[in-house]
Amino acid sequence: MKDFLQQIIYGINAGSIYALIALGYTMVYGIVKLINFAHGDILMMGAYFGLLAITVLGLPFPLAIVIAMLVCAAFGMIINKVAYKPLRNAPRISALITALGISMFLENYFVVQFGLEVRKMPEIAWLKGEVFIGGLSIPKVTFLIVGLSIACMIALQFIVRKTKVGKAMRAVSEDMQAAKLMGINVDKTISITFALGSALGGLGGVLYSVAYYQVEPYMGILPGLKAFVAAVLGGIGIIPGAMFGGFVMGIIENLTKGFISSSWSNAILFGILILVLLFKPSGIFGKNTREKV
Amino acid sequence: MKRALAIILSLVMMFSILTLAGCSKEEVKDKEVVEDTDNPEGETTPDAGAIKVGLIVPKTGQVAQYGIAVENAAKLAVAEVNAAGGINGQQVELISYDNKADAAESISVFNRLVDNDKIVALIGPVISSTSLAVGPLAEEAGIPMISPTATNLNVTVGYDYVFRACYIDPYQGGTVAKFATENLGAKKAAILYNSGDDYSTGLAEAFKATFEQAGGTITNYEGYTVDDKDFKAVLTKIKGNGPEALFVPDYYNTVGLIAGQVKEVGLDVTMLGGDGWDDVQKEYAEVMEGGFFANHYAADDPDPIVQDFITAYKGAYNGETPNALAALGYDAAKIMLAAIQTAGSTDGDAIRAAIKATDLDAVAGHITFDENGDPLKAISMIKIVAGELKLEAKVQ
Repeated sequence: MKDFLQQIIYGINAGSIYALIALGYTMVYGIVKLINFAHGDILMMGAYFGLLAITVLGLPFPLAIVIAMLVCAAFGMIINKVAYKPLRNAPRISALITALGISMFLENYFVVQFGLEVRKMPEIAWLKGEVFIGGLSIPKVTFLIVGLSIACMIALQFIVRKTKVGKAMRAVSEDMQAAKLMGINVDKTISITFALGSALGGLGGVLYSVAYYQVEPYMGILPGLKAFVAAVLGGIGIIPGAMFGGFVMGIIENLTKGFISSSWSNAILFGILILVLLFKPSGIFGKNTREKV
Repeated sequence: MKRALAIILSLVMMFSILTLAGCSKEEVKDKEVVEDTDNPEGETTPDAGAIKVGLIVPKTGQVAQYGIAVENAAKLAVAEVNAAGGINGQQVELISYDNKADAAESISVFNRLVDNDKIVALIGPVISSTSLAVGPLAEEAGIPMISPTATNLNVTVGYDYVFRACYIDPYQGGTVAKFATENLGAKKAAILYNSGDDYSTGLAEAFKATFEQAGGTITNYEGYTVDDKDFKAVLTKIKGNGPEALFVPDYYNTVGLIAGQVKEVGLDVTMLGGDGWDDVQKEYAEVMEGGFFANHYAADDPDPIVQDFITAYKGAYNGETPNALAALGYDAAKIMLAAIQTAGSTDGDAIRAAIKATDLDAVAGHITFDENGDPLKAISMIKIVAGELKLEAKVQ
């Protein structure tokens, strides 16, 4: 039982990072119906910017997080402007392929700039070590990761539900043309969505590299894919769904590793994607929406 | 659109400056040629008369540190031979390419070395998977090849032209298991290995077999995939079985990652590993403290051959202490060059026969070859103490 709870704690640790990334996927999908496959690479960029802010600029860790988030937000907006905006009226598959292209471009650009070698994220002294509660050991970094991701989800929910920008987002998501007719600046709204999503991706990247010490150009691919499955599992486009999906993925992954076998964990995780798509394509939190004619 | 482009370009520029200022990345040169300028006989134009030897090493990627060490050491060996007048009056030209630790890339650079550069012998590749890819091609082309460090059993099996300068995985894994039972008195051990890697699986299997033969119990035999970053779940599972030792036969980056998480989950074990651990003390000294691994040589070995090599290497490369990979790279180059000298020609078959008959005192121990082309020599067990490598025992 203790082992089981311990594995769940490690699962929540991994899952909250997936949740952060999944939030970015889900926001962008919710508004422009685009699966932004470059999102995993935003995570990688966030990790690099965090690393550079700490090692080159010598900034303290919280400031490095802010910088990584800001720079990633800027890159998110640029990617949207350069790659996705011109394709807004093109078939959806074109935008999807472009997203893959952007993903490859970013990976390879970082290989050229930084080389393939694995860089070590410096240790953050106040995040080192564990806290023991009732015989269970909880890494300090877990508190930070879980706290930040829940805070981010609440903030996002607030922005989407309570603010004017959020209202505009919901309107654009519902009907882009009608929103435009109502005087909503659609381009600006989409741009803000990308900025928010990418900032979360950047945050996820810094936290990921702190939890797993290492930074390299291809580090975003696998967590990106897992977060995508998380977003689909929770119901893509739904913010609490992405959060829930992330935690479920992390917990399933760790239980698989702990009680079945490490070699099986990825197979089982991606198997979930197939099952969800077969039996409940709209996801756990999704409603079955009927297409209006 | 123009404005967007301008923004991007300026960002890219800023970014490049930041990178250049921050992390001076080692420039990857495609082709480097070692010539010795001090040599009085060097007047013979190196291109016309030089003996061309190829070198394939990974200089980018996960194991870049290995490739760079092997390259430096091989250059040193070639420079020493050239300074002493070359081989039978001819200078040696070393042509080096980066294979990015990738099997497909290794094949293409091998073809380039043979077709364009017309090499007579090959030193490399460094890691097992790439050596397994190049071996059959070297055999077919009749180019004698010596891998400094490919430890997988199958690298040399069935090939006449393929040799190596290091001992093989079963031997290494078995020695670590023997060390664990005899020197550490371990009864229970767990194994955590990369199931997608030939090197890692080879060592894991050998360790398991020897450890069980000696009466020990393997509590966990866990594989993981190459992209795994989170080992906390599986380490917690291992913790439940209470092993005294944990054998992790992988390369330094992954080993460092796992060692950090061993501490995080509070697993109290002695960590054991193979030669892939070399250099792990540089970035992960704190979490690796007290770990043991099998290696090819120890820098604190008092043998004069070892100390001479270390002095020469430090002199050539800003006082850097050579790692085991460098020692093997140096040995491999010395074996190959000595064989070309003995053969008295650049004929592939003559060189092959000469390598086979090698009987040489090398940095990583006295070397002779068995019928497969694998060397027969001693193994050093190293302990990591305060970020330093200390020779614990030499196992024959």
